Amino acid sequence: MDAMTASHDAAQSLQDEVLQAIEKRQALRIRGGDSKRNLGRPVEGKELDTRAHRGIVTYDPTELVVTVRTGTSLSELEAALEANGQMLPCEPPHYGEGATVGGMIATGFSGPRRPWAGSVRDFVLGTRVITGEGKHLRFGGEVMKNVAGYDLSRLLAGSFGCLGVITEVSLKVLPKPRQSASLRLEIDTHRALIKLAEWERQAIPLSAASHDGTALYVRLEGGEGSVASACDRIGGDRLPADYWEALREHRLDFFSDPRPLWRLSLPNHTPVLDLPGSVLMDWAGAQRWLKSSSAAATLRRLAEQAGGHAMCFTSEAGREPFHPLAPALLRYQRQLKQQMDPHGLFNPGRLYAEL
Amino acid sequence: MNILYDERVDGVLPRVDKTRLIASLHEALPGLLVLHEGEDLKPYECDGLSAYSTTPMAVVLPDTVEQVQTIMRLCHAQNVPVVARGAGTGLSGGALPLEQGILLVMARFNKILELDPDARRARVQPGVRNLAISQAASPYGLYYAPDPSSQIACSIGGNVAENAGGVHCLKYGLTVHNILKVDIVTIEGERLTLGSEALDSPGFDLLALFTGSEGLLGVVVEVTVKLLPKPQTAKVVMASFDNIEKAGRAVGDIIAAGIIPGGLEMMDNLSIRAAEDFIHAGYPVDAEAILLCELDGVESDVHADCDRVRQVLEKAGATEIRLARDEAERQRFWAGRKNAFPAVGRISPDYYCMDGTIPRRALPGVLRGIEELSRQYSLRVANVFHAGDGNMHPLILFDANQPGELERAEELGAKILDLCVEVGGSITGEHGVGREKINSMCTQFKPDELTMFHAVKKAFDEKGLLNPGKNVPTLHRCAEFGGMHVHHGKLPFPELERF
Ligand SMILES: Cc1cc2nc3c(=O)[nH]c(=O)nc-3n(C[C@H](O)[C@H](O)[C@H](O)COP(=O)(O)OP(=O)(O)OC[C@H]3O[C@@H](n4cnc5c(N)ncnc54)[C@H](O)[C@@H]3O)c2cc1C
Repeated sequence: MDAMTASHDAAQSLQDEVLQAIEKRQALRIRGGDSKRNLGRPVEGKELDTRAHRGIVTYDPTELVVTVRTGTSLSELEAALEANGQMLPCEPPHYGEGATVGGMIATGFSGPRRPWAGSVRDFVLGTRVITGEGKHLRFGGEVMKNVAGYDLSRLLAGSFGCLGVITEVSLKVLPKPRQSASLRLEIDTHRALIKLAEWERQAIPLSAASHDGTALYVRLEGGEGSVASACDRIGGDRLPADYWEALREHRLDFFSDPRPLWRLSLPNHTPVLDLPGSVLMDWAGAQRWLKSSSAAATLRRLAEQAGGHAMCFTSEAGREPFHPLAPALLRYQRQLKQQMDPHGLFNPGRLYAEL
Repeated sequence: MNILYDERVDGVLPRVDKTRLIASLHEALPGLLVLHEGEDLKPYECDGLSAYSTTPMAVVLPDTVEQVQTIMRLCHAQNVPVVARGAGTGLSGGALPLEQGILLVMARFNKILELDPDARRARVQPGVRNLAISQAASPYGLYYAPDPSSQIACSIGGNVAENAGGVHCLKYGLTVHNILKVDIVTIEGERLTLGSEALDSPGFDLLALFTGSEGLLGVVVEVTVKLLPKPQTAKVVMASFDNIEKAGRAVGDIIAAGIIPGGLEMMDNLSIRAAEDFIHAGYPVDAEAILLCELDGVESDVHADCDRVRQVLEKAGATEIRLARDEAERQRFWAGRKNAFPAVGRISPDYYCMDGTIPRRALPGVLRGIEELSRQYSLRVANVFHAGDGNMHPLILFDANQPGELERAEELGAKILDLCVEVGGSITGEHGVGREKINSMCTQFKPDELTMFHAVKKAFDEKGLLNPGKNVPTLHRCAEFGGMHVHHGKLPFPELERF
């Protein structure tokens, strides 16, 4: 192993930095590869870089569990799994070269397979975390089922680093499907949604579905037999498999539109919405990317009316990225933040000004 | 070992003025069913851990969320501890009442509010039985995946509170993976919506935090679950082994071959014989262990996987491999497994069901450890596992009428859990900590970790009124327990004074 990929346990020095921050009451901006820096609100604080804390701690493919330090690059983790015919089923986006495992857990974003396989948090089995009191603690573990105490590991997923410094994570992994095929089918959005709902209730092994306004794109994964028969049934044209990575990483043409990018997270089976801007559907319609210069309030209202929420992926001063929380919910979230990070050290204001 | 609430180590409970409480409940909620006398309280004294019981001060049976909110506000104002109860099938004493508190029974919330087959979700009240959801979804070819063996009786609210599992978790996940949204009422009477009908929601993931929180953070008043399409076909392969460790290794081999079975269960000789005697499932009574491997999905894939599994099992040294010939035989194979607990109940006056999890690779060592302990305590242990996900249910056979046997069984159980923690596992996979495993929590977690749990609790229940004494022990309890329980030759919690 060369220096770049060598394993290194830097937990002690991370903990020392947190202890110093507690002493000086100095806020910390936790960073990995900074690939997702522009998602969420900007943070003022001393930089705490996790990248020296790196390497796979344990990986036993027959246990379907990998334990990895959070400063490890996501690509390195994915390569190690790939070498054993396994994968992170949630297919997390990188959004940049240096994405780390820590960033994936903290932001909790999942890729095209999410509606069928589960989200990042669904695969978290355990974590080690440096707390607001500067302790290095362990929650959860390397076993699939564990209901002892509160599930703090899954709470940390998607917490945007506001509750502690995640130093290590154990993830459930799965074997890669035996067979995968992607198809493109020219039908309109409305008909595509109807088709998808129909296929979902039958034995069609969907593992990704998007629509760009012109065509429906689907991926089928499973055994040889089921994928072959589903391909026959659906028809359309073969699509190169790298389409999904381009979608996940926002590299499709759609994303070069200069207007702000919004993400609408919506209930299953939400019909076509009359949205002001151009739309790219993912997750069979449950995640809709929207390029729009409409007012934030308008877009949030539209998302809310459909039972979902809207997040802005393009940062701009004065615009809140995350959907506002109901007042009572915000109050309890603030109480939770105060309990877990009493000195307000970790990524203050990254999610909401109050957290 | 007595696990009833002990104010000396579990914390002093507020003194409740019963007359005032009952009067104010009647005044605020004239329509509310309140039980507070003698025989009426009997059915509520214990849950599935029936060795322990306590008479609650009062039992309330609300049927609207507004009533729950009012009850909570009242209890918050008057400092009354509240223990929630679903169907009372919990095996860890989670719904064990308190003499100084009310038992909030959610059983009357038994309506399925909405079932949307196209969106594949159902919105239900918390008292709805687990199986009732799948039954309601069945006409649409859908079902709710988590299937605890208690599914005909247990409530979905209780499932959320325990993060219940079942025999199909390896492939389909636990409760936490199969719910979208939960409405809860806090001890202050505030109704919060956690999660949403969309696949994620902004802010901290409180849905994940509340799942498995055993009624300590809030009361579940509504649950929206995901429904899945029923698999086109399901087949079960049964393999016999002359050696239990070989069976354990075969489990890893199946997974190494890239196959995730719908269910992968293992039973040892004692459980095989007990189940066969009871159910006549057609199990090989001479085998040291059997594996039941269910493959489900699309016909052609299942067919191919059956062949693969057969090859793996042959290589792993199975002495006999049988594919259930038809649906009736498949059902019989499962009936044996699903009735393993009552079957063991027939060969022993009493049994005590454990619920530890371990990394699968540790299985042979842990089995040897259990055998050793079983000899040491002169009590038989039957082993039933959710082998696919390393969740073991050792059943300790004892006779409560023999003085000291219950205590011996409990001690043996605690030792088995220690063993699970030692190999990197957990003291509970799906039954919860409740009151039963409160001392074992001191083995699995360090004082600082427990302190973090207490901090989380404070964010939602500052006064500690919701289900006090369950799930997370006080540091005082651990200090006291540590005195009796010397782990690896050193005392845990050296920094705490001993009582
Ligand atoms: C024969 C048998 C087999 C079993 N098999 C399995 C199995 O395979 N898998 C498994 O996971 N479990 C199993 N169990 C355990 C039990 O059935 C589950 O834990 C179940 O989830 C409990 O549901 P309940 O409604 O009976 O809850 P209860 O026992 O009433 O309560 C359990 C806990 O949940 C809390 N609670 C209940 N309702 C609410 C609510 N509305 N809001 C907040 N808190 C609430 C209670 O305070 C308590 O802490 C089995 C039990 C038996 C008796």
